Amino acid sequence: MNFADNIDYPPVLRRPTVFLPILVVLFLGLLRADAVDWPVARAVLSGMGLAPGPSLAMPVAAGLAALIGANLWIVTGLRTRWQVWAVWAELALLLAVFFVSFNLSYAFIQRKIWILLSVGLVNTLLISACSIVFAFVLALIGAIAKLSSNGLALGVANFYTSLFRGIPLLMQIYLIYLGLPQVGIVVDAIPAGIAALSLCYGAYMTEIFRGGIESIPRGQWEAARALGLRPGDTLFRVILPQAMRVIIPPTGNQFIAMLKDSSLVSVVGVWELMYLARTQGQSEFRHIEMMITASLIYWAFSIALEMIQARVERHFGRDHVR
Amino acid sequence: MSADPPVEIRGLSKWFGAFRALDGIDLTIGAAERLVICGPSGSGKSTLIRTINALESFQEGEIRVGGVRLTREPAAVRAIRLQVGMVFQQFNLFPHMTVLENCALPLRRVRGLAPETARDRAMSYLDKVRIPEQADKYPAQLSGGQQQRVAIARALAMEPRLMLLDEPTSALDPEMVKEVLDTMVALAADGMTMAVVTHEMGFARHFATREIFMDQGRIIEQGPTEAFFADPREERTRTFLRQVLRRD
Repeated sequence: MNFADNIDYPPVLRRPTVFLPILVVLFLGLLRADAVDWPVARAVLSGMGLAPGPSLAMPVAAGLAALIGANLWIVTGLRTRWQVWAVWAELALLLAVFFVSFNLSYAFIQRKIWILLSVGLVNTLLISACSIVFAFVLALIGAIAKLSSNGLALGVANFYTSLFRGIPLLMQIYLIYLGLPQVGIVVDAIPAGIAALSLCYGAYMTEIFRGGIESIPRGQWEAARALGLRPGDTLFRVILPQAMRVIIPPTGNQFIAMLKDSSLVSVVGVWELMYLARTQGQSEFRHIEMMITASLIYWAFSIALEMIQARVERHFGRDHVR
Repeated sequence: MSADPPVEIRGLSKWFGAFRALDGIDLTIGAAERLVICGPSGSGKSTLIRTINALESFQEGEIRVGGVRLTREPAAVRAIRLQVGMVFQQFNLFPHMTVLENCALPLRRVRGLAPETARDRAMSYLDKVRIPEQADKYPAQLSGGQQQRVAIARALAMEPRLMLLDEPTSALDPEMVKEVLDTMVALAADGMTMAVVTHEMGFARHFATREIFMDQGRIIEQGPTEAFFADPREERTRTFLRQVLRRD
């Protein structure tokens, strides 16, 4: 927490002027939402031997409001670290309840998960991993071209970033898969998808790389040059390792976005995660099952990417220990 | 070693847009000379020494370093930078490398030394500036004075004919200035040719063999140190010296 001041502000939520109105709003909201009719409330009431009815609306709303209020009070009292865990756990639980409320057929998911993972996920990861590598290389080349004084390189790089940032990714996929055959170049669906994703994200990342390189003080270039280092060594051994600290957080963002944008490749019939989730669900009208399963798989791999990003950030931040 | 003087400058002029930063500079720096360049800020003293190793361009005149004429040809610039060590006001150490790696990288990549040889040589120069024990630390873990001594060691390890020092103590806390100045004195004792831009006039007085006073891109006055301080001929030099020496 580098940005925290050395002041302990009283927890806002624990102030009576904040906490009590929250309780009131909760109570009124639950009352208005007929909490007494919720399945959870019904189950609890019948467990207590009470028949759910309008007469119990007030006590149920009050009880639920008190429960939520107590939870809030406890969580605000925890240490920051435990607060984060508690909030994660509770929000994940709420999300799970939300999903469960759809009455999902787990048997159907069980039956289909294997094809989602073995074909869909494999293709999604293949497309994403290849695109990540190519986009990284394109971005590096693009950034170097944009910082050079070579008009040819500058022109190509400018046109490239302008075009591929300027038109929708979906269009780019169509242009490569359906357009290139018009001039005699036939590309398979998966390579076409990889090409479109790489070009599109390479264009975005060119700007990220350029910004990162420009953030390094002139003095670093001058010192490297004065020592006689060649341009390649200056860039790859002095400037870029420092620029990485600035480049990695937004690049991690791009990779996570790309993972999910790889689902657009389904429009050209690639059997990736999204395509299979849609088609497998269609046959038995179990769309929601497949969509939720696919979403959770996407989320799991986004979390994996976040963790890799944190690792890489630590690696390139090591000179900043004091 | 060639018999040519380390630096010969003839009729050097440089413009930043319409602003004339250097105006017809003629200057020769002889072997083992210790030149101190002083002058008010914006007088062109930093620009002058930065043109010598092509960190700044120039429009008119000629620069020769060890007989090699400075053009924009890669080979010429490279040949000159290999002869010239540079120390900056802001140290400009590479923050992502340890002190030892800072010194060894150019030895490996520019001089082409084997990693062990490069490390040994880097270490011997860290010894010379008396901070061998900091070799495995990162620059951010060192004091300003230590960082500047590493920067000097890094430049020295390349075994240049000539060292350029651009306000090497201006970014330092007062108590660290002396350790850097002492390092420069030790270099002088080894017979290194040096051109130093500095405001430390007390130091310049016993360190320099020759003083140069610049103003508005011109060399206003130059001479052997003693004469320069004892009896400056130009009114502008006298005014400047009165202002900077008042503190000493």
